[in-house]
Amino acid sequence: MEVERRKIRALSPLDQPRTPEDLRSRQLRARDILRGELEGADLEQYVEERVMTTTLDKVLNVARANSMFPLTFGLACCAIEMMSMVTSRYDIARFGAEAFRASPRQADMIILSGRVSIKMAPVVRRVYDQMLEPKWALAMGACSSSGGMFSNYAVVQGADKFMPVDIHIPGCPPRPEALLHGFTKLQRMIQGNPDPGWRRRYNAIGTEEWARGGPASKPSPEAAEAYRRARELVDA
Amino acid sequence: MPDAPGLELIRQQINERNADAVLDTTFEHDQPALIADPGQVLAVLRWLRDEPGQQYRFLSSLHAADYLPAEPRFAVHYELLNMPRVERVRVKALLGDPAAGENGAAAAALPEIDSCVELFPTAEFQEREAYDFFGIVFRGHPDLRRILMPEDYVGWPQRRDFPIGGEPVLFTKDEPDSPGWYE
Repeated sequence: MEVERRKIRALSPLDQPRTPEDLRSRQLRARDILRGELEGADLEQYVEERVMTTTLDKVLNVARANSMFPLTFGLACCAIEMMSMVTSRYDIARFGAEAFRASPRQADMIILSGRVSIKMAPVVRRVYDQMLEPKWALAMGACSSSGGMFSNYAVVQGADKFMPVDIHIPGCPPRPEALLHGFTKLQRMIQGNPDPGWRRRYNAIGTEEWARGGPASKPSPEAAEAYRRARELVDA
Repeated sequence: MPDAPGLELIRQQINERNADAVLDTTFEHDQPALIADPGQVLAVLRWLRDEPGQQYRFLSSLHAADYLPAEPRFAVHYELLNMPRVERVRVKALLGDPAAGENGAAAAALPEIDSCVELFPTAEFQEREAYDFFGIVFRGHPDLRRILMPEDYVGWPQRRDFPIGGEPVLFTKDEPDSPGWYE
């Protein structure tokens, strides 16, 4: 039987065949670098390729965002999704947050995974207060964001009533992918580069409910101001 | 499982010893139930537990209920189980609301019933739960305090006249109709 063999992708630049002269000149250049004899434009290029200047704060934020230590803290059914986020299938280790710490003293992120009852709220607050700065909080799912389906006497209607929350993740419960998405948004926030709102991102300014028209359509002053600012950003 | 005539026999036997301890019997959905006088419910439970031939020695559940428009308003249900025969019988004690129609300090009065912890030690936590949610006081309970709600909680949240709580939910589409709703 005849088999047709075909290359499935082009060779990368490193694999391209080179002439012997090319190889020789690279060898000489490498020797000059090692001896410290590089001069002039060659030296400039060498330095530019290898040195990056930035501020200490930015480097610190990159380090913090990419090495998070979440707290081992499950509140309800969302905790199951939170646990599966650590498994090999979703693998939060890709983003540097696989080490769930069992002590708030060693953690810098708390995931509020579930409804917070009024009896649990002081406990959550205390655990949050025990964490060392800098620290971040993720409200996972409808319950910890707004009380969700538990609109009753026993559940706090949103965890941000008693502690600061950085990111709210919708869902009941959110899929692990959604949690990862929220986590990467938090990472970007820590690095000082938060996401623009989704309307700006998808060029959807003007699709707000009140802006679509209708008889009773009139924005509040705050909404009108936010709309004006968003328009400025889009038009700029 | 005692059937309806068997239930009447039980009632008769109990009432021979304790007059009017069992006020009524019901047999609905194949579930036998004795309506007991709240003052003598311990005698009924003890008889069902210790009488040879009955031996309902396991209290599988104790819970309260609020039948608000009805009078008497509250009930404490005792679900008894005979494990060898796998037979169940329910004892209901109906309790009136002492705070009904009262004002001032009397409006905080709570219904009371004897605790059955001495007969069934498992009732300790379950009576605390009934107290926690319905405000039914069990006389003689060793440690009657709230079990699930916070200790400083005010009110009896599972009563039917207790407000359901939570918050009204407003969406951005309602913004034009109720501006400043978040204030």
